[in-house]
Amino acid sequence: MQISFTLNGRPTTVEVEPATLVAELLREQLNLTGTHIGCDTSQCGACVVHLDGLPVKSCTLLAPALDGATLLTIEGLQGAPGSNRMHPMQEAFREHHGLQCGFCTPGMLMTAVALATEKPDLTEADVRHGLEGNICRCTGYQNIVVSVMAGAAAMNAAKGE
Amino acid sequence: MGNVIGIGAAPKRKEDQRFLTGRGNYVSDIKRPGMAAGVFVRSPHGHAVLRGIDKSAALAAPGVIAVLTGDDVADDGLGSLPCGWGITDAKGVPMKEPPFPMLAQDKVRFVGDLVAFVVAETVEQANVAAELLKVDYEVLPSVVGVLEAVRPDAPQLFDDVPNNICCDWELGDKAAVENAFKKAAHVAKLSLVNNRLIGNPMEPRAAIAEYEPGTDRTTLWTTSQFPHVVRFLMGALVLNIPQHKLRVVAPDVGGGFGVKQFHYGEEAVITWAAKRVRRPVKWVASRSEGYVSDRHGRDHVTEAELALDETGKFLAFRVNTLANMGGYLSTFGPNIPTNLYGPLLGGVYTTPAIYCNVKVVFTNTVPVDAYRGAGRPEATFVLERIVDVAAAEMGIDRVELRRRNMIPKEAYPYQTPVLVQYDSGDPMGCLDGALAAADVKNFGVRKAASASKGKFRGLGYSTYVEACGLAPSRFAGRLGARGGLYESATVRVHPTGQVTVMIGTHNHGQGHETTFAQIVSDKLGVAFENVDIVFGDTDRVQFGMGTYGSRSLVVGGAALSKATDKVIAKGKKIAAHLLEAAEVDIQFESGKFSVAGTDRAKSFEEIAGAAYVPHDYPLEVLEPGLEEQAYYDPVNFTYPGGCHIAEVEVDPETGTVTLVNYTAVDDVGTVINPMIVEGQLHGGIVQGVGQALFENAVYDEGSGQLLSGSLMDYCMPRADHLPMMKVATHSTLCTHTPMGVKGCGEVGTIGSPAAVINAVVDALSHLGVTHVDMPATPNRIWRLLQNASLPVAAE
Repeated sequence: MQISFTLNGRPTTVEVEPATLVAELLREQLNLTGTHIGCDTSQCGACVVHLDGLPVKSCTLLAPALDGATLLTIEGLQGAPGSNRMHPMQEAFREHHGLQCGFCTPGMLMTAVALATEKPDLTEADVRHGLEGNICRCTGYQNIVVSVMAGAAAMNAAKGE
Repeated sequence: MGNVIGIGAAPKRKEDQRFLTGRGNYVSDIKRPGMAAGVFVRSPHGHAVLRGIDKSAALAAPGVIAVLTGDDVADDGLGSLPCGWGITDAKGVPMKEPPFPMLAQDKVRFVGDLVAFVVAETVEQANVAAELLKVDYEVLPSVVGVLEAVRPDAPQLFDDVPNNICCDWELGDKAAVENAFKKAAHVAKLSLVNNRLIGNPMEPRAAIAEYEPGTDRTTLWTTSQFPHVVRFLMGALVLNIPQHKLRVVAPDVGGGFGVKQFHYGEEAVITWAAKRVRRPVKWVASRSEGYVSDRHGRDHVTEAELALDETGKFLAFRVNTLANMGGYLSTFGPNIPTNLYGPLLGGVYTTPAIYCNVKVVFTNTVPVDAYRGAGRPEATFVLERIVDVAAAEMGIDRVELRRRNMIPKEAYPYQTPVLVQYDSGDPMGCLDGALAAADVKNFGVRKAASASKGKFRGLGYSTYVEACGLAPSRFAGRLGARGGLYESATVRVHPTGQVTVMIGTHNHGQGHETTFAQIVSDKLGVAFENVDIVFGDTDRVQFGMGTYGSRSLVVGGAALSKATDKVIAKGKKIAAHLLEAAEVDIQFESGKFSVAGTDRAKSFEEIAGAAYVPHDYPLEVLEPGLEEQAYYDPVNFTYPGGCHIAEVEVDPETGTVTLVNYTAVDDVGTVINPMIVEGQLHGGIVQGVGQALFENAVYDEGSGQLLSGSLMDYCMPRADHLPMMKVATHSTLCTHTPMGVKGCGEVGTIGSPAAVINAVVDALSHLGVTHVDMPATPNRIWRLLQNASLPVAAE
């Protein structure tokens, strides 16, 4: 079947099998390999993307559900439109060493941006609770939590400008 | 022009840009033209005779290209997976070493054992065909626990391995220990289990193999921590592919923790299959597939006894351990519970006599091998638990008992009774630092506050030493290593002064691209931005032993340091020629070669340029070019250590243990990049906390089924399980590595399990609890409290 949706700001039309998962569509058909698959039980969160502005695990979502929707993946996450800069959350992760092997990082970032968008004044407890669906094996989460709080503050500051 | 960044600085990581923007290059991201898909058929039984396989229906399924089984492996005359470490028993008898076929031949020996490989046009087609494969199993009883496996009536995995014992290994002076026990004023005893773990790097294992008939060359992309070792083991010993015809690439790898350092059957099968079908073949494991095939860690059952005199001085330590190997010997399997365990039983103490017996046992479980810490966390756990037991029984404060037995700083170098000699350390300094940072003196106030809420609060200590950067090759060879333990680095200076480093270690999260670039920037005075680190490709890097055992900076960094020294030495020759001075008069400092006592100088870039433009060179004594290589084989292990203090709160209503504070002071030697070291410590600690509180691989005895077979059943630590940790370093310098570094990748995992369990026991000690096995899950604690037959409400 054919589906049309907005992918990282661009209109996209693709032919998909009805049983194709969004994570597979992105990785195999659209060559957007930044969305990772780390488990088969929707536990790890390496595949989180934004569907109509909300974070979803793309390994549990069927491609036909994208029809007419707006999808944002890690490849579409960026700073001010037209700039080459990274998103403030990406900058914060780099600044605070919020990643090691990088495999969980795209999903972590997509969850983090959604958390900060939903609640601008995040507390440490909010962040830890909000990251429940994303597993990182490298960092022990400490620098991820610090990064998300810093990234949220930077997003707020950017909004205020 | 960028900046020179020195040792001790904390530049942001070079590798982060690609990971943060989704442009990492992991094996599962790679596609090759004409690529086919491979799916493994695995044993659903823990133990069974393989009576036959009917391929016909699978072969007839749509899209199927090939179905390969153990018979095909035998027909092609291929080898089995080699074990990289051979141990011997006390009488010098070698371990029993049954073959580990890449696809099962006579029998299957664990759930997940490889039975067949299906290659098809798509993954879906391969999966459908795999379902159609008819495998005739004669199911046998399984044995999964070590205590059960050594019983005389236990199921036998191999005909020529009686009682399933691979090796009955020992270390230390048994008679001296027995004598010391006779003189002891007190003997503390402890039985414990060190639970089986699953490594769970976030990236599942994957591999792609491609054969080029035109050149007879094969390329394997694999999620490996040591591509050169895979090339050697697989090419030379399994598939008979000449080394120069085989390229192994491990690109970005999403975490390893040891689990990705072994040579796996999947890699060999896929490489062999790609040549047979003349198509690139790709396989990506699911997480659940990883659970039954990634090598597991730990799995010990131990009886320990500590003899003390009336003042609490340790007289002798005796340990008997049954260590689970699983169904076969994995790459380093037998080395982990023996050579990496026994020699660490001395810890940071002056115990004069130690004896350790380890029975290495086969069972119908996934093979066990090195997992972060590997042997050292097991040793630390036994020792630091029994010290607490002894302190409680003798009525001596736990910290005081540790102090009375600690090796004083001035006693280093310190020879232990179990082979190893620590070159440097300061356990007391780490302990004092941790006591202050953890605010131990106000613990009573916090405990009272918990009690007022009906909660039990506990504090736990772990003072530990580790041995990392396995070495030297000569010593390891005597202990059974079948390979060298050196590392190599090549420093290629381009004509414009930029530098490419080719190094044999592998970066899978540790930040090598940053730390190693810092070393080069510091030593050569080259801008940090102008240094690139290349790793993970046998065609680009000369040779290397990869990354495991906290060796990368210790051994690889030393090779790199040596190679940069050679670059400087060559640069001095070129500068002497250009500046018309004697070589001995040339100094190199801050990126400049100068003639001592003059203002005549050439920049590093000028020397690099001249090296490749050798006009009027005295070519008979000075070769053009500026590229140097070094191999470094360390003279000893390095011995990081430290003190960890965990603080927990136990809810007696639910049995839930909450980690509320965690403090670590670690001695990792010279710190090259404090940001990266701190990140390694955080991650390491949480892996140990995971073992102590959450993680457990559980098998069903009899059927051999893995009950914790996915992330739904295996509890991984998540962000909301943890507090903010306090970590700091208190470093003494390693006396024999070029930069004084000791390694930091595993210390967290080695120190933390004992600290956490000691804290849990402390919280429950008023109820008569003297030991809790890992993981201290709510269920386990709640049951313990119900059985304590003591009032559970806080006073």
